[in-house]
Amino acid sequence: MEMRNISKSFDGFPANKNINLNIQAGEILGLLGENGAGKTTLMKILYGLYRPDSGKIFVNGNEVVFRSPRDAIRMGIGMVHQHFMLVQNHTVLENIILGDEEAPFFFPHRAAEKKLLKFQKMYGLRVPLRSKVWQLSAGEQQRVEIVKALLQGAGLLILDEPTSVLTPQESTELFSILRKMANEGHGIIIISHKLEEILDICHRVVVLRKGEVVGSAEAKKVTKRDLARMMVGRDVVFSVDWKPAPKGEVVLEVEGLTVRSDRGTVAVRDVNFSIHRNEILGIAGVAGNGQRELVEAITGIRKAESGQVRILGKDITNQSARVIHAEGIAHVPEERIRFGTVPNLLIYENAVLKRHHFAPFSDVVFLNYDEIKENAESIVRNFSISSPSIHVPMKQLSGGNIQKLIVGREVSAGPVLLVASHPTYGLDVGATEYIRKQLVKRRDEGEAVLLVSEDLEEILELSDRIAVMFEGKIVGILDRQDANIEEIGLMMAGVAL
Amino acid sequence: MEGLIISVIHRTCMAGTSLLLGTTGEILTERSGILNLGVEGMMNIGAVTGFIVTYTTGNVLFGVLAALLTGAVSAALHGVVSIYFKANQTVSGLALSMLGVGLAGVMGKPYIGKQLPVKLEPVQLPLLGKIPLIGDLLFNQDLLFYAGLLLAVAAWFFLKWTRLGIRVRSVGENPEASESQGISVRWTRFFCTVAGGAFAGLGGAHISLAYSTSWIEGLVAGRGWIVVGLTIFSLWNPLRGIAGAFLFGGIFVTQYLLQPLGVPPNLLATLPYGTTLIVLLVDGLRKDHRSLHAPAQLGEPYSR
Amino acid sequence: MKLKRTWERLEFQWEERTDRSLLFSVSVLLTAIVCGVLLIGAVFLSLGVDPVFALKQIFLGSFGSLYGLKESLTKAIPLFLIAGGLCVAYKAKFWNIGAESQLLMGAVFSTWFGLNVGQSLPPSIGVPLLFLMGFLGGALWGIIPAILKVRFGISEVISTLMLNYIAAEFVTFLIVGPWKGATKHGFPYTDDLPKALILDTLPGSRIHYITLILGILLCIILFILLYRSKFGYEVRVIGESPEAARYAGIDFFKTSLLIMVISGGAAGLAGVGEVAGIHHHLGYPGNISAGYGFTAIITAWLGKLNPLLTLISGLFFAGILVGGDAIQISLRLPAATVNIFNGILLFVLIVSDYFLKHRLVLRFRQL
Repeated sequence: MEMRNISKSFDGFPANKNINLNIQAGEILGLLGENGAGKTTLMKILYGLYRPDSGKIFVNGNEVVFRSPRDAIRMGIGMVHQHFMLVQNHTVLENIILGDEEAPFFFPHRAAEKKLLKFQKMYGLRVPLRSKVWQLSAGEQQRVEIVKALLQGAGLLILDEPTSVLTPQESTELFSILRKMANEGHGIIIISHKLEEILDICHRVVVLRKGEVVGSAEAKKVTKRDLARMMVGRDVVFSVDWKPAPKGEVVLEVEGLTVRSDRGTVAVRDVNFSIHRNEILGIAGVAGNGQRELVEAITGIRKAESGQVRILGKDITNQSARVIHAEGIAHVPEERIRFGTVPNLLIYENAVLKRHHFAPFSDVVFLNYDEIKENAESIVRNFSISSPSIHVPMKQLSGGNIQKLIVGREVSAGPVLLVASHPTYGLDVGATEYIRKQLVKRRDEGEAVLLVSEDLEEILELSDRIAVMFEGKIVGILDRQDANIEEIGLMMAGVAL
Repeated sequence: MEGLIISVIHRTCMAGTSLLLGTTGEILTERSGILNLGVEGMMNIGAVTGFIVTYTTGNVLFGVLAALLTGAVSAALHGVVSIYFKANQTVSGLALSMLGVGLAGVMGKPYIGKQLPVKLEPVQLPLLGKIPLIGDLLFNQDLLFYAGLLLAVAAWFFLKWTRLGIRVRSVGENPEASESQGISVRWTRFFCTVAGGAFAGLGGAHISLAYSTSWIEGLVAGRGWIVVGLTIFSLWNPLRGIAGAFLFGGIFVTQYLLQPLGVPPNLLATLPYGTTLIVLLVDGLRKDHRSLHAPAQLGEPYSR
Repeated sequence: MKLKRTWERLEFQWEERTDRSLLFSVSVLLTAIVCGVLLIGAVFLSLGVDPVFALKQIFLGSFGSLYGLKESLTKAIPLFLIAGGLCVAYKAKFWNIGAESQLLMGAVFSTWFGLNVGQSLPPSIGVPLLFLMGFLGGALWGIIPAILKVRFGISEVISTLMLNYIAAEFVTFLIVGPWKGATKHGFPYTDDLPKALILDTLPGSRIHYITLILGILLCIILFILLYRSKFGYEVRVIGESPEAARYAGIDFFKTSLLIMVISGGAAGLAGVGEVAGIHHHLGYPGNISAGYGFTAIITAWLGKLNPLLTLISGLFFAGILVGGDAIQISLRLPAATVNIFNGILLFVLIVSDYFLKHRLVLRFRQL
């Protein structure tokens, strides 16, 4: 497959600029780049979800035009998306039938089942056919996605951030399947921002930055440092200014906390830990092991089934989010745009989001717009947010500036505990550095910080202590100096020390 | 007494047919994710065009066909506005209902009080119709009654056991996933909306061509809104829709019968609406949250 | 040949619009209304009615005569009240389509009060209490769908719809049964309200001015509430992003209840106006609420959910209602004709909303 001079813009913003890419049969190609570099856009073009503004695509030497994923699928291109494209309420079988053009009109279930059994023998990919998708684990769901693609005759398989929801063990399993497939002659493109993995599995790496190809190399001949430099354009400083600090009093105590997920299953299982002033506690773990429910229970967005959460000794279990915020817990949420802001409201309206009902921002009934605007101005100033004015809708800010505003807003409240959930996800290097420095600053100034992140590097960089969550339990808590990646990886997979 | 029961059941079948047709269509539409509140308007349009065409051509089947087509076209309007222009589906449906009621009123004005030369007469099925009692009740009804039952069963089968049916349901549950499989969410939803309109048109035709003897103002009398409630009452399952349609139909037929017993007919008439709410309540109380039968993306506009 | 190649290269796409000046918004709105009028004319033409004549009649009937103006103002009163309340509900994306029934319940409560308690009250006490009872009736009926939504997750579209019918049947039950007026010779109305409680009208018209003032005041108050108060801020956050509202600890339950108290109560006030100001008794639901609940939806929509603007759009739609009455008489068209106007105008508005938010971009792709 070859992509020649592919360009695509959205609303004037160039996502892909004159990109050239090719892949041979039996090759595993890594597509590396930061979030926003254009990797997913490029692959969506390849998969027929977008049409390029200019450029051509060739499959087996023939030029092709994809008007929809159906055309791409017919040409043998399959894609496993980062957020699984599965109908949760349907069974695995029904999901597979969805994309199967050869399925008979009546009772497609039988024919599909026969096909699948054949596949299971060939690749050793087992999927529970009659279960509803929402009952499966992330790894199983991913397998369904792969089977779906293979069933449609994919010769070229694209995987978008495939290991973002897997444990290290599941990742290893996935890689061995991928190697087997490559040996059988399939071409595989892996989109990732994880340097280690790319070097582990890929034969070749292509690096994208700001929509352009900035370099490509064979995996054997390149180092992490080289790749990082290509990705970012300058030497990346892999560490932040971190100095040990004496632990203060206990700020947050979590005791025996059990929380249920939306599905009704137990997401947080009898969890105990505490955080002190001048301390950053990092929670590592693959997404989906209860971190989200834990954070939501602490910040009052979700009800806990049992257990206690205490802030400075005061029991705040199952209080409303408003009360908890008033008690001094600030929260930088995981999905910053959806939860942390109201995109259509103006910046100054967003800057006062959780404190609008306190003086001086309002009295009994009315809001005090002078104070509100002043507050917004000072946040914009103090947190170096670049924006034309505070009178524009929030959605006009870039991702980095949105996060800075959220952090600024939460921090300005003078909290005792700052809960930061995946705070640098999807941000460019500059914003990432800024946010990380902010977290350390909070800790230095006497606050406590609870950091939840999938980025193990980030956790190791910033945390005083590291807790690992697996299937709702805290499998272990390590001090910074005792922590190393292998042990943490094992804990993330459930191996208690 | 026996005669009364037969008469009641007969009239229930009559009353329920239009409801069943409309419900089956709306279930199909909603399963694909589009909420169409314009059923009242579509049924009105179907009723009036069916009447006018039958009156002028003297052919009932032409009338039925006309109703089907106009119902489909009016649904297409809602489809374009909701799907292409991503408008608020509640408001668009309301607009369609208003428009349909208005058009029917104006178009039907010259025909008020006029009687049809031909009606949709009951057809006795060859063998089944001769069965004593049951034969007369069930197998001596008009064509649209049989069509309604068949179409409802066919719709159920279609949704559950065919490839296209799975697609329709997937589009309603997770349009993104469907799109990534190369399915056009837009077209699927559009077809389902238009089909729903065709069904509603047929339902309207039944009212003006079989149920009533002449055209009167306000003939459809809010049945379209009952259909909206019925769709939910049947939890988006066409088979349950059959039960619900005749249940509701039965209530309207019997509401005045129970009056001598002291049951106020108007309060009895609130039963269909009340039970719809109760059904929703019970379904919402279930512990297993995943069992809510509403298509996950019902009413939500989708953009690629 | 070249034309075909050009056509294949042409691609048009809708992109979100970033600039939206007031001038642009207003011109789009006006264009939309003009298109709507043209479409209505086309419908008339196809139905065999002279469109120019019809439109002239409508205009003369509604705003072209003193009588028309007075009638328009009269019909605008319930629209002001209901649409103002709907603005609040719709800003929170609480799709209240039950204003018809909230109006009716307001009428029911105030009728009960008038006939049973208010017999001997002087107007200065009785009339305010009358309005209070109407507000209460509408508010209570409006809270039901709010509770059903927040506690049971039931869509408010369905619950308000069902409640519309339940209320209508209930009112019919009352007027043909227990509340049938002794003085009404068997007609399905209640007795007239006591003279003291019947609202004064401006001389020579049916404008019950107390309700009119109430309506205008309410719209002003609701405007201030939406944009200058804590509550209004929370309403807008809920409407724009329920997830952010959850995150921010905004109390959905309390806020939803309050929203529906306001929206339902406002409709209830309109019910009082209709009963005490126009009909003087409770009658068939269709006559009392007369589609105001639904017309108010379009009114609020045209007013872009801004209570102050609904004062303008309310007058506009009241004019349409009156104009519809006018051509009923002069062209012998059925009462339902007004629905054609409302339907077409609503469609045109919805589509114009899209043009406000998006613009068409033509592009040539390199082959």
